[in-house]
Amino acid sequence: MAVETSPIDAPAGSTIARLERDARLRRIELAVPGLDGRQAAEHLSEHLQAVPGVAVVNVNPTARLARVDYDPDRASVSALARAARSAGYSIGSASLDLGIQGMHCASCVSTIEHALAQTPGVLAATVNLATERAHVEYVPAFIDASALRQAITSAGYDVREGVARGETAVDQEQRDREREYRSLLTKFWFAAAISVPVIVFSYPQFFPVLREWLTMGSDARRLVWGALGVMTLPVMFWSGSQFFSGMWAGLRHRQANMNTLIAIGTSAAWLYSSVAVVAPQVFPRMELAEEFYDVAAVVIALVVLGLALEVKAKGRTSEAIKKLVGLQAKTARVLRDGRELDIAVEEVLVGDTVVVRPGEKVPVDGVLTDGSSSVDESMITGESIPVEKHAGDEVIGATINQTGSFRFEATKVGKDTALAQIIRLVQDAQGSKAPIQRVVDQVSQYFVPTVMILAVIAAVVWFDFGPQPAPVYALIVFVTTLIIACPCALGLATPTSLTVGIGKGAEQGILIRSGDALQSAQRLQTIVLDKTGTITKGNPELTDVVAETGFDEDELLAIAAAVERNSEHPLAGAIVEGARLRQLSQLEASDFEAIPGHGAKATVDGRSVLLGNTRLMADRGITLGRLQGEAQRMAEDGKTPMFMALDEVAAGIVAAADTVKDDSAEAIAALKQMGLEVVMLTGDNRRTAEAIGRMVGVDRVLAEVLPQDKAHEVQKLQLEGRKVGMVGDGINDAPALAQADVGFAIGTGTDVAIEAADVTLISGNLRAVVTAIQVSKATMRNVYENLIWAFGYNSLGIPIAMGLLYPFTGLLLSPLIAAAAMATSSISVVTNANRLRRWQPRPYGGMP
Amino acid sequence: MTTIQIAVTFAGLVLVVGIAWFFWGPRRGGLRAATTSSGYQEAMVLVKGGYTPDLIVVQHGKPVRLNFRREETAACSEMVVFGDFGKSARLPEGETVPLEFLPEKPGEYEFTCQMGMLRGKLVVE
Repeated sequence: MAVETSPIDAPAGSTIARLERDARLRRIELAVPGLDGRQAAEHLSEHLQAVPGVAVVNVNPTARLARVDYDPDRASVSALARAARSAGYSIGSASLDLGIQGMHCASCVSTIEHALAQTPGVLAATVNLATERAHVEYVPAFIDASALRQAITSAGYDVREGVARGETAVDQEQRDREREYRSLLTKFWFAAAISVPVIVFSYPQFFPVLREWLTMGSDARRLVWGALGVMTLPVMFWSGSQFFSGMWAGLRHRQANMNTLIAIGTSAAWLYSSVAVVAPQVFPRMELAEEFYDVAAVVIALVVLGLALEVKAKGRTSEAIKKLVGLQAKTARVLRDGRELDIAVEEVLVGDTVVVRPGEKVPVDGVLTDGSSSVDESMITGESIPVEKHAGDEVIGATINQTGSFRFEATKVGKDTALAQIIRLVQDAQGSKAPIQRVVDQVSQYFVPTVMILAVIAAVVWFDFGPQPAPVYALIVFVTTLIIACPCALGLATPTSLTVGIGKGAEQGILIRSGDALQSAQRLQTIVLDKTGTITKGNPELTDVVAETGFDEDELLAIAAAVERNSEHPLAGAIVEGARLRQLSQLEASDFEAIPGHGAKATVDGRSVLLGNTRLMADRGITLGRLQGEAQRMAEDGKTPMFMALDEVAAGIVAAADTVKDDSAEAIAALKQMGLEVVMLTGDNRRTAEAIGRMVGVDRVLAEVLPQDKAHEVQKLQLEGRKVGMVGDGINDAPALAQADVGFAIGTGTDVAIEAADVTLISGNLRAVVTAIQVSKATMRNVYENLIWAFGYNSLGIPIAMGLLYPFTGLLLSPLIAAAAMATSSISVVTNANRLRRWQPRPYGGMP
Repeated sequence: MTTIQIAVTFAGLVLVVGIAWFFWGPRRGGLRAATTSSGYQEAMVLVKGGYTPDLIVVQHGKPVRLNFRREETAACSEMVVFGDFGKSARLPEGETVPLEFLPEKPGEYEFTCQMGMLRGKLVVE
């Protein structure tokens, strides 16, 4: 399988090589992307002509194509490519990495290289013995990956089936995690198995048989204890090996972490016990010669189990990425040489015509050329309603074709597809830090050494002032304090929630670019909406046709359309389209004349037509009568009316307007319900703007704003002391998006990586803003829950472990309880973050 | 107070001061990233229980490429994050992962694992 197909010199899709079988000669068309000008074409032509076996060369500098008729027995494609290269040009080619199995010697390398180089269409092949991979450069239309594999197989080697690059990373991560989990679990079971006898023999007083046998101070007791000490060693140094190696690695960098705490705690318990066994005489009294091997064994067993469960749970936090990667199509059906070929999706090139049948996945991004269908885009945009697609519409890779068959031209492949960009953005965002994390970082920098200092202080205080046997209490307090502290819970709190939250956003078609954006989005107070394209659809539509008595509406519209077909005015398209939708008969206009600032005049069906504003009508002395009032009313509704006169008599009005999106009002209401002030920003005149503002229910309208002043308006709102979010398209509104505290870019098809935006709404739907803020609120609430839990746990647990409650209640924790608490606390944090995975956007009206 | 108590108290104090000095005390050294033919200031960083080196000195205004190589399986270090540059990378075990960025302003920038347990410092001059 292909691992990576990449254009080398140019969009490889521009290589359109076609073979036409002649009696003897073969014809090939090679794309030469760098070709510029006639002189260059001649230069290239000379070089190609010089290749032995080449009959006719025809280089077209405009199309940047070289057509060569050659004798396949004497010349080869690679010879042509070499000739082109020596002329200073390279022909569009693709490269591919193939894994090879069965290479055992250096001579294999040359065998395979030779086999590949002999294959027609291959330009170059290099084989690396160490990595067991072949890198092949080839002309895609001449040969495909399966033929390359064939060449290797026939040379006597096997091609390893590989996977796409993005998938490898995720798969590998999962594999690593799985291995880590299994290894930790094995370590746990070993530690647990040893812990059982260690506990039993450590507390003989609870077991009648043992109680009589292992009396205090007896030799039998000492011997058994000694055996326990030896048994505990493999638990510490195998099951708990990562604590010791982690401590050591940290100490070399003068850093301390959780491993340091566990390693010191368990070693202290083990050393004390071993002194008690080997040299009990150093203790002034016999009851001080206690053993705590059970502490060492059980603590390690519990913490290792905690780590294992944590690894498992952490794996689930990045499930969203796995889902996204899983969306990628595996194969594509492309049209090459007039044949439909099933090829791996990695081999699809820009410019390929891809065929999609009902129920199939769209393999890459492109533009529909032939056919129509409805496509389910919910996996990318989060919009559940399928989208109708016709010729000229963009299709997005990984979406599912539902009803019809269609063909499209691939425009983005490989790492450029919308899906690949989404995956990259989400991964980057999941790795970023929320501002709150910096505070946590400051704390965790001091956390572990502070705990160590507290443990030492607690031990000294207990030794000096505690009840007897003081050394035993001092040791217990020391060990318990070290063990109960859980820096992991602190460290995990923010990143795990962030990973889940940002993944959750991606599932809804919302790309949150960073932890910063996520944290800011929930604090927004004002949302600025750009009118055109955000609240409205962005392209005007015909709204009204009013006919004066004696005229027919459809007739008027048909005539208006005939006139406007000649016009370039933005509203003209709306009228032409409106007539088309009503399926009116097409009329022809003659003598068209545009009257700038007024309208237009023309002749249709022998009648003179005037189409334009009040001034045009007034200039011609046409009385408008009741139409004047109608027009006034339409303007107040945000529409643009145009008067029509036939043969110098007022005939009616056609009006067009940029129509409001179906769910704009609903989304704005939801934003207001969330306590946000909603502001509309537009370049329209105040009357029209206010009419639309009223219709959708915004709080404030900022009208007549020049495009270059949008950022300034956002800044003015910020100077009022408000946190401002700006919603707009990523191109015209880029400065305003960047100025805002959070910039939401309305998605434009497959272009998802909008630089200026903090959040990209792929669906282009205003409702997504509501969902984005909901996601941010839910995630940050989760982060705070985690932090409160982690800080609370540590700031309660550590003093209790130090014995602060002992003077008042006699409460002192056992190190075993501390270990259990510590293991549970970091799992709780990850589990709480995973709770977010079940989060769903709330329907409107259910806002808190 | 008995002699032994005084001794223990004293030992405890020494230990407290020792811990504070060892972990928070002043640090010396650091690695100056070398400028390679490609114009990048490059340094190799080993990830194993910490970052080696954990203090890297670079010049501002020149692109930096740090090649991270993680040689442990502990999940903690699987990501490295340069919060100030908005850069992060997943570090699969045993693979060298380059991380590139352009430090424009002189200053000290921390890099950490995702949980902030492992830390290193980039000094931009």
